[in-house]
Amino acid sequence: MNKLKIILSGIVKNNPTFVLVLGMCPTLGTTTSAENGMGMGLATMAVLIMSNLVISLVKNIIPDKVRIPAFIVIIASFVTIIQMLMQAFVPALYASLGVFIPLIVVNCIILGRAEAFASKNPAFDSVLDGLGIGLGFTLSLTVIGAVREILGGGSIFGVGLGISDYTPLIFVLAPGAFLVLGYLMVLFNKLAKK
Amino acid sequence: MKSSLRNMTAVLFGITLIASAGVGIVNMITAGPIAQAELAAKTEALNGVLPAFETTETETLTLDEIPIVVYIASADNRIVGYAVETLSKQGFGGPVSLMVGFTPAGEVINVNVLRQTETPGLGTKMADEDNSLIRSIKGQQLAQKKLVGGKLAVAKDGGDVDALTAATISSRAYVDAINRAWIAFQGVSTGKVPTDSASGATLSSEPAAQEGGQNE
Repeated sequence: MNKLKIILSGIVKNNPTFVLVLGMCPTLGTTTSAENGMGMGLATMAVLIMSNLVISLVKNIIPDKVRIPAFIVIIASFVTIIQMLMQAFVPALYASLGVFIPLIVVNCIILGRAEAFASKNPAFDSVLDGLGIGLGFTLSLTVIGAVREILGGGSIFGVGLGISDYTPLIFVLAPGAFLVLGYLMVLFNKLAKK
Repeated sequence: MKSSLRNMTAVLFGITLIASAGVGIVNMITAGPIAQAELAAKTEALNGVLPAFETTETETLTLDEIPIVVYIASADNRIVGYAVETLSKQGFGGPVSLMVGFTPAGEVINVNVLRQTETPGLGTKMADEDNSLIRSIKGQQLAQKKLVGGKLAVAKDGGDVDALTAATISSRAYVDAINRAWIAFQGVSTGKVPTDSASGATLSSEPAAQEGGQNE
């Protein structure tokens, strides 16, 4: 398969949020602002790339019946390692994202890609798939976060647009997440079909 | 690969062994820097709410089963201020943790939000510079504010602290944490549980006033 195509497929054709509709829990929960959405996306991408690489390398020695527990142990270890590294070396970022990091373990995108792609493909392709899906997830979450932040809080990436007195708060609350996700999903699929 | 009891056990054992060894090694590498980063964050928080100081002593109280740490800052063998690390569990999105600085006379020097998980754009404004909450108490004696049952309260509850727009629950949690800091400050600075003025008077009137009683 064409290498570039693997990456692009993760962003458009197999976009995890708008097409595969995987990992809805972090998507709805963490996209209260563009910055939070992007942070969650990037942390997920880091775990996805590393877990895809390792799972692809060890796929031939794992017996079929215990592959899910084996994958989960690998993913959880990477999440823990990333959490500790962030806490030690980028405490500011950890302070704003710390609560989301453990959530990555239960993100079904990661297990989904391990099962659907990394366990069947060579290591390099798996890394590219992790990169593509990770980018797709990051972009989707950033867009959802940005729309919610603009509509609900009147700012973008924390920079005020001077309209915060007139914006409906509902968009930063839970119902707003569903509304924005739904409309963006419609828009994305309409555009992607063309 | 075909599964047999032997290879399943061996592979799972191997993977968990390698994974835990990896996590353990990273933990050993990062334990030092994490402790340093936490210490740096604490020092920064103390500097933000206190005048220049040389040494700090700490004292820990328990109010409402919440541990409250009071840092007594001194310079030239003289106490220059008290910083209280306080917490409220009444936040909208989780606990709200504040660092509150008091002068020895009891004026609020500054308040620093250490940790909060409030709704972005609403409750998170409590951490902004010069927001309405901090403006209501900064540089003032809390005892001279309009107290409700001996405690500070937001305007909606009859007090005179201006709440954040559309974030009354977060504002209440903030004020709740400040109240707890105040009780701890009074307890530590006078060396005893405050029974005279405000919080003593509340002992009989409000259930929340149990705080004063549990102080000792």
